[in-house]
Amino acid sequence: MSDGEDGDVSERLAAVWANDVTKLVVLVGGILALYVGAGTLLDYGVRQQLNSIGLLVFYVAVFAMLALALNLHWGYTGLFNIGVIGFMAIGIYVTAVLSKSATVTEPAAGSIGGFGLPLWLGIIGGVLAAAVFGALVALPALRLRADYFAIVTVGVSEIVRFTLLESSLQQMQVFGYFIGLGGGSGLILDFDITDGLLDAVGVADPYATLTDSLGTTLGLGGNPKPVFDGLYYGAFLLVFLVLFYVLLRRVGNSPFGRVLKAIREDEEATKSLGKDTNRFKIKSFTIGCALMGLAGILFYAEQGAITPNAFRPRITFFVWIALIIGGAGSNTGSVMGGAIFAAFLFRGPLFLKNVIQESFDIEAVSTFGQAVSPLISGLNPVPMLAYAVDNLAQLQLVIMGLTLIYLMHNRPEGLLGHRQEPAACVPLTGLSRSDTVAAPPTETDGGVASNGGDGDE
Amino acid sequence: MSDTEVDEAAVTANVPEDAEAEVDEPETNDSTVEREAKHVPNAIPLKVRGLRKEFGGIVAAADVNLSVEEGSLTGLIGPNGAGKSTTFNCITGVHEPTAGQIHFQGEDITGLSPNEVAERGLVRTFQIARELEEMSVLENMMLAPTNQRGESLWRSVLPVARESVKQQEAAVLERCWEMLEFFEIDHLAHEYAGNLSGGQRKLLELARALLTEPSVLLLDEPFAGVNPSLESRLLDHINDLQESGYTFLIVEHDMDLIMENCEHVIVMHQGTVLTEGAPDEVRTNEAVIEAYLGGEVDG
Ligand SMILES: Nc1ncnc2c1ncn2[C@@H]1O[C@H](COP(=O)(O)OP(=O)(O)OP(=O)(O)O)[C@@H](O)[C@H]1O
Ligand SMILES: [Mg+2]
Repeated sequence: MSDGEDGDVSERLAAVWANDVTKLVVLVGGILALYVGAGTLLDYGVRQQLNSIGLLVFYVAVFAMLALALNLHWGYTGLFNIGVIGFMAIGIYVTAVLSKSATVTEPAAGSIGGFGLPLWLGIIGGVLAAAVFGALVALPALRLRADYFAIVTVGVSEIVRFTLLESSLQQMQVFGYFIGLGGGSGLILDFDITDGLLDAVGVADPYATLTDSLGTTLGLGGNPKPVFDGLYYGAFLLVFLVLFYVLLRRVGNSPFGRVLKAIREDEEATKSLGKDTNRFKIKSFTIGCALMGLAGILFYAEQGAITPNAFRPRITFFVWIALIIGGAGSNTGSVMGGAIFAAFLFRGPLFLKNVIQESFDIEAVSTFGQAVSPLISGLNPVPMLAYAVDNLAQLQLVIMGLTLIYLMHNRPEGLLGHRQEPAACVPLTGLSRSDTVAAPPTETDGGVASNGGDGDE
Repeated sequence: MSDTEVDEAAVTANVPEDAEAEVDEPETNDSTVEREAKHVPNAIPLKVRGLRKEFGGIVAAADVNLSVEEGSLTGLIGPNGAGKSTTFNCITGVHEPTAGQIHFQGEDITGLSPNEVAERGLVRTFQIARELEEMSVLENMMLAPTNQRGESLWRSVLPVARESVKQQEAAVLERCWEMLEFFEIDHLAHEYAGNLSGGQRKLLELARALLTEPSVLLLDEPFAGVNPSLESRLLDHINDLQESGYTFLIVEHDMDLIMENCEHVIVMHQGTVLTEGAPDEVRTNEAVIEAYLGGEVDG
């Protein structure tokens, strides 16, 4: 490190940058700025801008939370869970059944009631259900080899979905309550997390007044509440994201996390050091599932309705991409991966489509035939391009696949590189008694003799 | 899911001296150990009786009988494929024996899982070092100590409890540095274990095993691929440790090394114990010479 005032400042800057929280804030801030910038290009009004920000923050937060939970499974413990969506589904469905308003008289066909419990109880119930379900899956399945375990998880998530589709569970009477899973047509969520929270804190009226006046000031037009609800729910999710992050950092940077990492590296060796690895695996899996359940609740609770179709393995795949982008094994990386995935791979294509169509004003082409024939007959590529742009949102999966292939080739360890958070409660660097600066990497060399000396410090 | 309670007591040691007392205690379910323990002057912490292990059609261990004396450095030798590693694997619970019993400190530990065996103070190293590659050397070391408070999930997470975990972590870290310095690999503390050389891995594995504070250590070829100067340093360490009360059972192919350092040598061949005794007796045993010269011994 250089001396002098300049060195001092740059050192301090480097220290700030080295802080993980700084990186995350800069990344999320940068993404938001990019979207606001693009929105300005598109001549978005204030209302549209705020809507787009609310939605972006929502997806950044949920994917980051899910990536964090999956990182506990895969990045730390080496548990190949490809049934993420199943645990999310359990979370939101149990919450729905517990907290939908109660009907004790036979309801009209198609409307299904719940137990009418307060929403916070429903959420706790949903999280617990996901945890218990995770533990039930883990108890027998964790004894299986890693690849069979993966098959079990994806199988279980599909079983969950088919159970939700099951017509015999569509409606039933339990303790006099008419409840059910709704079958293929799903459930209507007649509760409102945002309003519920405002009511609970007792600020619903001031909030309404505030949104009204802010709406007028910003010129949002009629009914500004949904816009602010979106922003407020995004902020609410960011709070949960922070909680996830703090919790999982504590789990990871501790002797508990150290054992998880060791299991990932070599379970047999870990056992031979006296660690009851099964217990650790079950705990890790259960906690991760509980968090996936919670993320599922937060994901879908504001959607107004849920159907089993939303719980196909697609989302599991998305969460894996997010984790791979960020770098499995790092909590900070997981949040980054979730944010980048949400902003560029999930929301990005749609946004890009709008930007391109807005700036180039190309004629829409509705069918593939119309797009191809000018290319073949007149070598005119414009309709084809227009068609591709128009379907950019559908090309989402292709773009994700290409990104994955690129990452696997060029940066298999994820964006953050082989950076791993130290698995201990105390800082491991700088405590070196002999004050050793990290030695240059010693490659595994054949010449063992060269390492025999004592003086290679 | 309830957290299994971890002893409040800070990292406790398995004091090797306890062994004798435990063996002398009346054992209802195992009189053999008790009887035989009285005949020998020293306690026998580890005893293997009639051990047999089959892999499909292959009989890796046919009938292994051996005892390891308290505080001894016992050598286990034999040609490749004699069944030495298999014996280790059965003793430490990695493999379930087809038949036979293993007694440790007077307790029948046959069929226990590897972690249960290790918890009792019987710890092994592997023939091919099993370092945890993508963890730093220091993390590898800090994993090992037993009874770590922070291994309970809630203690690691909850604010007040975490403080007590931190305190213990500082102590654990201190001990790990000490051990790294003792093994002269402290300059590699922040290196990924996967980047270590073969010999350094062997050192790391031994150091890590010692941090569990075992009473008996089973070392499977700890000197394989280790250069001579490092080997003699390792041997010095082992001798020091033996003096401070540790018991060792060492698999090794270097006859001279075994003959010079061990007070008792067990020779295995084709899944059975061919002979055992003091180095001089074993050295002159004709069956041993034959086995090592590559001649086929019938039976
Ligand atoms: N997991 C296994 N599956 C099948 N056969 C095995 C297994 N482990 C060991 N064997 C067989 O058991 C026999 C004894 O092997 P073992 O590893 O115990 O020998 P060893 O005495 O340790 O030899 P070395 O000195 O080469 O390490 C060998 O014939 C080996 O092929
Ligand atoms: Mg062997």
